[in-house]
Amino acid sequence: MIKLIGILIVAIGFGFRLNTLLVVMLAGIVTGLVSGFSFNDVLTQFGQIFIDNRYMSLPIILTLPVIGILERYGLKERAESLIKKAKAATAGRVMLSYLIIRELSAALGLNIGGHAQTVRPLVAPMAEGAAAAKHGELSEEVKEDIKAHAAASENVGWFFGEDIFIATGAILLMKGFYDSVGVDVSVWDMALWGIPTAITALLLSWWRFSLLDKRIQKASGAGKSNDSKKTTA
Amino acid sequence: MNIITLDSIYYLLGIIVAFVAIRVLLDKNHPTRIGSFLFWGIFAATFLFGQWMPPIAVGYLVLIMVIIASFGKVKAGKEKELKKEERESHAERLKGKIFLPAILIPVITVIGTLTLGKIHFGDVQIVDPKNVTLISLGISTIIAYIAAQILTKAKASVPMQESSRLMQAIGWAIILPQMLSALGGIFSTAGVGKVVSEIVGDLLPTNYAFVAVVAYCLGMTLFTMIMGNAFAAFAVITGGIGLPLIVHMHGGNPAIMAALGMFAGYCGTLMTPMAANFNIVPAMLLNLKNKNAVIQAQVPIAIPLMIANMLLMYFLVYHF
Repeated sequence: MIKLIGILIVAIGFGFRLNTLLVVMLAGIVTGLVSGFSFNDVLTQFGQIFIDNRYMSLPIILTLPVIGILERYGLKERAESLIKKAKAATAGRVMLSYLIIRELSAALGLNIGGHAQTVRPLVAPMAEGAAAAKHGELSEEVKEDIKAHAAASENVGWFFGEDIFIATGAILLMKGFYDSVGVDVSVWDMALWGIPTAITALLLSWWRFSLLDKRIQKASGAGKSNDSKKTTA
Repeated sequence: MNIITLDSIYYLLGIIVAFVAIRVLLDKNHPTRIGSFLFWGIFAATFLFGQWMPPIAVGYLVLIMVIIASFGKVKAGKEKELKKEERESHAERLKGKIFLPAILIPVITVIGTLTLGKIHFGDVQIVDPKNVTLISLGISTIIAYIAAQILTKAKASVPMQESSRLMQAIGWAIILPQMLSALGGIFSTAGVGKVVSEIVGDLLPTNYAFVAVVAYCLGMTLFTMIMGNAFAAFAVITGGIGLPLIVHMHGGNPAIMAALGMFAGYCGTLMTPMAANFNIVPAMLLNLKNKNAVIQAQVPIAIPLMIANMLLMYFLVYHF
């Protein structure tokens, strides 16, 4: 039971809004120490895994210089003005389209996208642009709401599409695990039985995005009706 | 033999991050000049020299980064963003061409992933076949970068300035994903997963086939939320709950169990700040005031999805 102390430290640390890096490192060190490792053992492990997982920072750091130039030369503004020409576009529909493309391409084994590669430069500005074209200037809260959902469309699309392709990390990991315990499974079975859940994920996101569209409409509609009340009063 | 390995791409990352550190050092008005310089400098060193440094040295360097960050000494500088009017006039001039470099990144990554791993001259591979996707992403960003430079005719200092501004806006959170995987690694060597699966097994009447499915799915979701990573949870929970209860005791189909079990884990990933690279770093990247906004947008999708996935597993795993 004492080994669970790390989870407690993380919960308390997040609860008191301490610096996340500090909380994580402390939780690791304490868990290591109560499990019988020395301080140096724990730091060795931190160092080793930090180096092994450098690939996690790779997509963001590599794309920032390119996205940086393009944003300076009007990428976001262009994405917004382009989407304004599409009359049927709403923020929710833009994000749903992205989610469908992301999920289908991931299911075919293609990794086109990412928060730095597509969400920040293209999906979020297009969704904002579509909402602005319909409802005029957006409030900060509405913009935050749209951006957060744009990030969600990336995560849901990628997670639940990826596992339908047989050669992805997740499927290979499951196969490797079963091989190691002597259970024989087919990668195709693991991939195809994921489809019903993947479709459910798409439908649920559709529902959330259409609710977002309604919230945006309400926020701008309410703003206008308040204005008219002010003028009559 | 491989000509281009992941290490070659890491050198490139090291150079990009080193430029951030140098810009910070040269910025006399930087609010946390020394702290930020050390933080970005050490981070650059982990990419440039990481494969030669002994792990314990890296561990102590990481500790130093954490201490600098927790004293609030890693803040963003005041790199100026170009005015909206100027950006719009550039956009007007370049029109749709501005999208070209951005689209080159995914297109070349896909082409590279499909082809580069297969090209070899005798024993010499062009790229390390184990890391084709990441290396292709690296190559595609270099090509996109060149295309962006030619297209915009920007000064060479522009990408450095912009990537420094964007990276400083993300700040210390950029190392959070790597730190959390280290924590996950320590949790698993310490045997935290075993304790969790024992508790779940003791608390629930898992002799009912339905309860076994609930225990496995909830175990995957909760343990993923703790670890921030469904892959780390998979071996522990499948070995501790799934295999003994669903497959051996109740005769469930292991392939279906694994596929839907991993999805139960992903539902957890959608709901936890521990999955920083999916939930927290994007919030910083999009300049959201509320760091948990992405999680809050995802919880209403994740909870019904988790329940639907659990029911699907119950109906499918014992019948096929």
